[in-house]
Amino acid sequence: MKARVFVTLKPSVFDPQGHTIAEALHSLGYAAVSDVRQGKYFELDLNVPTSANAEQLATEVADRVLANPVIESFRIELA
Amino acid sequence: MKCAVVVFPGSNCDHDAYYAVSHVLGAKAEFVWHKDTSLAGADFVVLPGGFSHGDYLRTGAIARFSPVMSAVRAFADAGGPVLGICNGFQVLLECGLLPGAMLRNRDLKFHCELVGLRVERTDTPFTSTARSGQHLRLPIAHGEGNYYAPPDVLASLEAAGRVVFRYSNSRGETTDESNPNGSLNSIAGICSEKRNVVGLMPHPERACESVLGSADGVVLFESVAQTLSAGARV
Repeated sequence: MKARVFVTLKPSVFDPQGHTIAEALHSLGYAAVSDVRQGKYFELDLNVPTSANAEQLATEVADRVLANPVIESFRIELA
Repeated sequence: MKCAVVVFPGSNCDHDAYYAVSHVLGAKAEFVWHKDTSLAGADFVVLPGGFSHGDYLRTGAIARFSPVMSAVRAFADAGGPVLGICNGFQVLLECGLLPGAMLRNRDLKFHCELVGLRVERTDTPFTSTARSGQHLRLPIAHGEGNYYAPPDVLASLEAAGRVVFRYSNSRGETTDESNPNGSLNSIAGICSEKRNVVGLMPHPERACESVLGSADGVVLFESVAQTLSAGARV
């Protein structure tokens, strides 16, 4: 079973990298890109029998290690 | 008095810390490998700067799970003085011994320069011989030193007087120009609730002899020596 974990900075946290990328896009003429938030993407191979197990395991791993709950939130997709 | 300098894979200021304690302070220092489970009877602990585990995932995020960190946590919980410098500070944030987190510097640049600091608190084991408001010149060398804490945490830190160092100019003013990385409230260093765990981004251990451009960092090591010799664990 595979899980995809998307980690992003919380909306209240300033993202210096995303801000810089947005500015670069604006200087290239992409004025319609109003904002960019940069994040991280993980693919987990999970050796568990059910999707419920996969979701639980991926959530635990994301919460404990992959994301820092002080500044980041995460979203999980099972595949 | 003995200091344990914890060595993670990727630590690169461990020898500077060892030198500051053993050669400048004249105390005993011992390296403790991150897989060790004991601090070898140390009286205080330094988590040094560097790039533990290559800064993979997040700065300090992997080092937090090193076996030695259980011993560091127990030592800190018992009131032992712990100093986290730069990456060591980041490890303390990741493991929750200090609150908050580090973001990329606001200009995305790695800053390697001497900066001004104002000592805010002298009631920690690492600032006890400093003067309140004292101006220190210490080097920084980091890409992720932009201190962040949620508004409620920041307010409680300020209310409890747990901001130990702020970036400031030579007149002791905290201005936007004197803040090298965008840290909230110009925070350069904080302490734990019991005040015995201190973390800061600047490198006192790299500024302990005037030949290095500044000897202002000595005061942190003299302070802990004085605190320990007075037998007054904070």
